[in-house]
Amino acid sequence: MQNENLVQISFFNQLMLVHPRKKQNERSEASVQVSEYFVNAEGTGDKVNLSDLLGTVEKTSGASNKTKKQLRNLQSSKETLELPLNKQQTEKIQRGIAYEKTTAEVSCWKNIILQNQKAEQMVFPLNQESSGPKRVEQVVAGWKVQTPLEQEIFRLLHGSRQPVNDPVLTPVEEQSLKAMSLEEAKIRRAELQKARALQSYYEAKAKREKKIKSKKYHKVQNKAKRKDFLKQFDEMVKTNPEGALEELKKMELSRMEERMSLKHQNSGKWAKSKAIMAKYDDSARKAMQEQLQMNKDLTQKMVVPSDDEHESIEEGLETVPDFVNDPETVIDPVNPWMRGQLTHEEPEISCVTAEEVQTAEEENEEEEIIGEFERKRKLRQADEEDLIPTEEERKKIRTILSLFVSTREGSNQTRGGLNTAGEEDEEGLLSEGQIRVRSIEDLEVLDEVVEPRAIEEPSAPQTAAAEATSEPPHKKKREINLKEVLTKEAKAVRLPFLPTVVDEEERDEQISIIKEAFAGDDVISDFIKDKSRQEAAGRPAVVDLTLPGWGEWGGVGLKPPRWKRKRFRIKTAPPPPRQDQKLPDVIISEKRTASVASHQVSQLPFPFQNTAQFESSIRTPIGSTWNTQTVVKNMTKPKVVTKLGAIIEPMVKEDFIKSKTTAAGDLVFLSNYPKKINFIIFFLLQTLSSIFVVSLLGCLLNVPT
Amino acid sequence: MKVKVLCRNPDDYVRETTRDIQRVPRNYDPTLHPFEVPREYTRALNATKLERVFAKPFVASLDGHRDGISCITKHAKSLSTIISGACDGEVKVWNLPRQECLRTVQAHEGFVRGICSRFCGTSFFTVGDDKTIKQWNWEAPGYGVREEPINTILGKAVFTGIDHHQREGTFVTCGQTVDIWDEQRSSPIRSFSWGVDSFSCVRYNPVETELLASCASDRSVVLYDTRESAPLRKVIMQLRSNTLCWNPMEAYYFTCANEDYNLYTYDIRHLDVPVTVHMDHVSAVLDVDYSPTGREFVSASFDKTIRIFPKDKGHSREVYHTKRMQHVICVRWSADNKYVLSGSDEMNIRLWKANASEKLGLLSAREKAATHYNKKLIEKFQHHPQVRRIARHRHLPGDILKQKRELREMREARRRKEQNVRKHSKPGSVPLLTEKEKHVVAVVE
Repeated sequence: MQNENLVQISFFNQLMLVHPRKKQNERSEASVQVSEYFVNAEGTGDKVNLSDLLGTVEKTSGASNKTKKQLRNLQSSKETLELPLNKQQTEKIQRGIAYEKTTAEVSCWKNIILQNQKAEQMVFPLNQESSGPKRVEQVVAGWKVQTPLEQEIFRLLHGSRQPVNDPVLTPVEEQSLKAMSLEEAKIRRAELQKARALQSYYEAKAKREKKIKSKKYHKVQNKAKRKDFLKQFDEMVKTNPEGALEELKKMELSRMEERMSLKHQNSGKWAKSKAIMAKYDDSARKAMQEQLQMNKDLTQKMVVPSDDEHESIEEGLETVPDFVNDPETVIDPVNPWMRGQLTHEEPEISCVTAEEVQTAEEENEEEEIIGEFERKRKLRQADEEDLIPTEEERKKIRTILSLFVSTREGSNQTRGGLNTAGEEDEEGLLSEGQIRVRSIEDLEVLDEVVEPRAIEEPSAPQTAAAEATSEPPHKKKREINLKEVLTKEAKAVRLPFLPTVVDEEERDEQISIIKEAFAGDDVISDFIKDKSRQEAAGRPAVVDLTLPGWGEWGGVGLKPPRWKRKRFRIKTAPPPPRQDQKLPDVIISEKRTASVASHQVSQLPFPFQNTAQFESSIRTPIGSTWNTQTVVKNMTKPKVVTKLGAIIEPMVKEDFIKSKTTAAGDLVFLSNYPKKINFIIFFLLQTLSSIFVVSLLGCLLNVPT
Repeated sequence: MKVKVLCRNPDDYVRETTRDIQRVPRNYDPTLHPFEVPREYTRALNATKLERVFAKPFVASLDGHRDGISCITKHAKSLSTIISGACDGEVKVWNLPRQECLRTVQAHEGFVRGICSRFCGTSFFTVGDDKTIKQWNWEAPGYGVREEPINTILGKAVFTGIDHHQREGTFVTCGQTVDIWDEQRSSPIRSFSWGVDSFSCVRYNPVETELLASCASDRSVVLYDTRESAPLRKVIMQLRSNTLCWNPMEAYYFTCANEDYNLYTYDIRHLDVPVTVHMDHVSAVLDVDYSPTGREFVSASFDKTIRIFPKDKGHSREVYHTKRMQHVICVRWSADNKYVLSGSDEMNIRLWKANASEKLGLLSAREKAATHYNKKLIEKFQHHPQVRRIARHRHLPGDILKQKRELREMREARRRKEQNVRKHSKPGSVPLLTEKEKHVVAVVE
């Protein structure tokens, strides 16, 4: 419609513009009907024919030849026009167009409907008034003067021409409020909120970082900054040489300052204290070296290296204590002292050495002999195991061995020895004992003991670790190893490194008492037996269907022939691997229990795509026993909330879809202005697009649109 | 001498004011609260059981009419007021909380076919078998003053239904044609007809207020736009639709109650296939009304039950019936989403709770939290067989149950037959139709 209007107008304008200078034909005789296009219909009832109109076109010089030609063709053609469509068909077309229009209009709800369907919570009624305080004008809006006093005041106010009832909002303000829909306003508000939040986060972060006292942190930060700066400087040299020169001057200044001061020369109080520690602590050593490096960096000349600098470096180096340059001692992972912390688990190899040392130092000869025997026995057993490597056999041997060990221990206990605890326990105790007894002087002694070996094998930690991992399988097979059976590691408890004094004898006594108390029941072997029994029960049994004596001779001592065994011994397919196959300390029963099955979900419910998803949805508890109050509130909030006793009105289009309502809003807004302008506006509205009208109005009334 | 005593900081347990909530020290360490799934499962099971135990939906019955109830309407502005029209032409205004009739009007001769309330709640319109449209004041006349309508329009044919515009002074009636009336005029400002001679129901779209839909006797549902001169489109189904209702929150969905025991939800943009087919009734569905939240609707059926369907589910979540309730002719959902009203053949209007086990009235914060938690638990464990078994169980009268079984058998037989036909005919000649596609005969442009 708008387009049509525009076309009409443009056409009209053209007509007006084409002959601005042309003189109008003078009317010589009086006629009853005067056409504005200078066509006279002669006689009152006559109609204007097309040919009459075309005649004038022929005369006009402004009309193009092309149109003239087209018109002439039209005149000459004898073809009749097509019949208009019949009523049914026109109606059908009309209906079709109307339906398309309506569907398009209705489709604008799509987003809102989808949004509401997906919404976690909907609160009805939808457009609730904000609960905040209202403006006085709004509250007073419905108020009327009633009492004589009020009337008098009212009159007075009128008399003094005070504004009695301020308009709450000017039309322009209302308009602008309307222009922004609720949704838009919400989005905008959310954006602003987010920006504000981000800013405050940033500020808080900056503040926090500024407060950090850690020198190391700032050191790292500064270093990073310096690096960044250097990078930037390189670029700056290319792009902005003047700025670079300035920076260079600054750097020069800092270099001078550095050269004047003794700040990074390892001569301060801190450096001296570190120098003492440096012998034992490589971090201290590192810190010192870093300081020197910094000095070097700062005093380095940027452009031309000079002799001066070399001197400074040499000076710097001279101030360093000698041992800084000593070859760094290879840290033995085995030795907890070198790491400065307790090791939780210690590789086998160290224990062996430790054991030897210990035996040499403390144990008497008899015990040494016993130990020797045991070691030999272990070796022999290992050899035997090599001959029979199958898993089952090993297990059996293990169980037998465990029994054997327990009996041997029992016998030892009867003898009354104190040091007859199991091999492992002894090892653990021994290594711990070593640590406890130590003082700092002892540490140095041990260092010397350990160091040469470390030097001999430069990749000691790795090889040691490799040995530790490769060796245990041979050694541990001999008896039940707790770590093998119970794969879950015990929690590592890091204790402050203090020499705690525990009476060793008392501890040993305790352990022996416990051993004695539980001497009879070997839980672990029982468990293993139980598990193997269950595994065996689950294994497919071979069904023997051979009939002895069928098709051959039978009798005592005769075995059915091979073909028969092959044919009539039926092996069933092995079941899927047990769930506890790789869990040595667990037996998982895979039987389906009817009592539980009735409570279990048999099929995967609809919205879930896999069982893991469903299980996780079930696994997360929602009750207040497991969650904090706010979380529970959030998790259990209902999908639809209605207000008690409130009428829920259907959706109102104007509240949700704004674009359609603006045109109507314009009209309402226009009605506030004087009639004359209104007339112009409506005339314009009929012809032009509403957008144009609004902008024009803006000019007319000086109102921002 | 220093005496050592046990002490604790009063800040940890003393409230600042007596209005403060008590501090309850809690430890959420999961190791202290093991077996969360089994425990929650038990709670869910208990919640489900309690829900069924407390499911007592029937609230009240309003008796007083002397013939079957033919239509009910809510007051536009008051939750406590409803009007009902009966088959003897009587219209009654009811007060729900007091469960009493406020006013009785002999409005028409013969049936009262339709009632609608004006959007402002000052007057209401009735149409009847005596070919009249009458406008009545909501307020009862003074003592001794005769009950007379504000306005009476005498039409040419019987009007079978009426509905009022959401915000303007126009209303629509249906009978032989669909007419749009201005309140100020005594003749329709526009009338639509499209080759049909009788309509049973017409409804304004509450959201897109210029849209209309009507059910016609030629098994069709016709759409109109009051701004257009011609109807928009119609969809013809296998059996006639009795009534329809627009979704008040989703502009392009409506649901129609059909004679073939089903309800169909349509999207007006795609009329060729219904969005959902709602099955469960065992007889013709006579009326349908959406909940004001647009999430569910209630349907009344000739099988003496009313059912509540979620708008996007094929089966009902609730079925209400009583021994004495006969064919339910009309049903409405209250504007606060709490109650359902049903009017039936045996002259009673019944008031039901929309959620059968909901506790009415104000709830304390703890009660609210507990109900929310229970609801969530039931939702969480809804797929577990025990929970589902209990939650889904409803009691049905024997004859309905029997009919249900019969219907199932019939459906199964039909399916089997179709399968056999397909098996023994040329491949592709008997197409496989989904349940949704089966019921639409044609869409006429």
